[in-house]
Amino acid sequence: MTKVENNKAWFLVLPVFLLVAFSAVIPLMTVVNYSVQDIFDQHTAYFVGAEWYREMLQDPRLHDSLLRQFIFSGCVLLIEIPLGIAVALMMPTKGRAASLCLILLAIPLLIPWNVVGTIWQVFGRADIGLFGWAINSLGIDYNYAANPMDAWFTVLLMDVWHWTSLVALLCYSGLRAIPEAYYQAARIDRASKWAIFRYIQLPKLKSVLVIGVLLRFMDSFMIYTEPFVLTGGGPGNSTTFLSQTLTKMAVGQFDLGPAAAFSLIYFLIVLLVSWLFFTTISHLDKAK
Amino acid sequence: MAEIHLKSLAHSYSAQPRSAADYAIREMDHIWHQGGAYALLGPSGCGKSTLLNIISGLLSPSEGEVLFDGQRVNEIPPEERNIAQVFQFPVVYDSMTVYDNLAFPLRNMKLHESKIRSKVLEIAEILELQPLLDKKAKNLTADEKQKVSMGRGLVRDDVSAILFDEPLTVIDPHLKWKLRRKLKQIHEQFNITMVYVTHDQLEAATFADKIAVMYGGQIVQFGTPRELFEAPNHTFVGYFIGSPGMNILDVKSCQGGVEFNGVQVPLDAELCQFLDEVPSNNIKIGIRPEFIHISNETIKGSYECAVIHIEDLGTYKILTLDLAGNLIKARLDEDQQVPEGRAYVSFPKQWLKLYVDEFLVEEAAQ
Repeated sequence: MTKVENNKAWFLVLPVFLLVAFSAVIPLMTVVNYSVQDIFDQHTAYFVGAEWYREMLQDPRLHDSLLRQFIFSGCVLLIEIPLGIAVALMMPTKGRAASLCLILLAIPLLIPWNVVGTIWQVFGRADIGLFGWAINSLGIDYNYAANPMDAWFTVLLMDVWHWTSLVALLCYSGLRAIPEAYYQAARIDRASKWAIFRYIQLPKLKSVLVIGVLLRFMDSFMIYTEPFVLTGGGPGNSTTFLSQTLTKMAVGQFDLGPAAAFSLIYFLIVLLVSWLFFTTISHLDKAK
Repeated sequence: MAEIHLKSLAHSYSAQPRSAADYAIREMDHIWHQGGAYALLGPSGCGKSTLLNIISGLLSPSEGEVLFDGQRVNEIPPEERNIAQVFQFPVVYDSMTVYDNLAFPLRNMKLHESKIRSKVLEIAEILELQPLLDKKAKNLTADEKQKVSMGRGLVRDDVSAILFDEPLTVIDPHLKWKLRRKLKQIHEQFNITMVYVTHDQLEAATFADKIAVMYGGQIVQFGTPRELFEAPNHTFVGYFIGSPGMNILDVKSCQGGVEFNGVQVPLDAELCQFLDEVPSNNIKIGIRPEFIHISNETIKGSYECAVIHIEDLGTYKILTLDLAGNLIKARLDEDQQVPEGRAYVSFPKQWLKLYVDEFLVEEAAQ
């Protein structure tokens, strides 16, 4: 059989091409456009090359919030991944209890992000919030609006409350996919609980954990709404993360050129870290 | 080393079993002797795997006892039972190398690493796994994986019995034969009791010295392959063993024998007397296709049949015959003349079996 050239087939991918163009490529190019020009009004724009990038890379505001962002994402992953695995391991496997647990876990995921922020804003207040009041009654001086450590603690706690469920649900589905024969073989091989976790459950969870880590890294690295509602980035700048710095610059100060350069750098960091993580994991897989 | 005794054992998956149908294993007594190679043969869903899991302790029987060398082990969990089990789908620890997989049960027993090493190398040699020892287990082929899961059972010195739950299901046909031979060798070398669950009679017959045929939650016959073939204890054994299975005909008792559709089959006086005394109407006769005598012309005691179909299987032929409205199969050897249209069959007495309520009626003289 000979292949028949039929260039009309290209028309079939046109709808997807248009969709992607309008939803992603064109907006992104607009940002690229802003990042290399100094635009005053519709008719006055100067090409500045890499100037904005250079400026942004030397901007201490970016350095500070980037550092805070990495610490935040690191903490989020270090807490939520092990905690999510632990929750999944402890969940009942069948019956009503299992369904109930699944529903309870899904609830935080269904709440709009700014509502989550508001909930914790009230919850953490020392005067009317149950959590803030309880901590203060224990004799610990806690005030997330005044003390940076308390603010960090509250923001992290809020994120753990909001997103651990996702990791737990992913792991739960991964655990359910392990055939019973593995556990039976492990019993016959006299494996301890730890050995079962280490050599059966953890290896089988690997693929869902890769997804879990990637999702939690990207989401936490781009977090905006919840800390914005809860602390507004304060006290001072202590909980101002990258996205908030960016918004202040773009919307607050209307520095569109630097903000565009900033957001592209931001985008590349997320892409780079995710790519590094993913290739390292897949590479380890292929070894031997 | 152990003798496994199942004493008045029964198991039901429902909490309150009411009728016999609620039982996956109906009450049975059975002994697996130390050092034997046994097969547990039966169709899907007959309770083979349930029985195996009860022996290994993965399942606790609802009634009766499991005795190892006379000691009750019902309450002892599998990890303390000195039993190894190989499953239908190979179970390997993906993230470990083949060496670590084989060493895993020994490490769990906290043995010294040098002892582990010598034991693992010994078993790897027997199973021909040495070239793979450093390979990650998840990159193995299905038959290599299954060898590794067998190996994990064999490395332990304390194992007194190995249970196989259809271990060759996922293995390529040409490797099946090799692995089965390997198992046989291992059995001879280690003198371990082996129980091999399968639904393939050929597999059972090549592996085992004695076969237990299971049907409907019961062991209906326990014997050598030859015994199962020549004197099936139950109509199911007759039908299940052999290819094609035994011809089984519904008959009624009559003067001097049994009859069906006007065809009279004489039986020994002893059997006739027995039939006169039993109340049951469930009477059958059975004869293996191999034992039916076929000729081209009528001889004394033969029945006329129409030849319906001839299957030529190379070294022999299988004839499908119509005997008074019943289809029967008969085997015709290569050198025998092929009857055309009509054939005359006779049933040699020593191979004609009588079944009442599906069980064999044995003559005292035999």
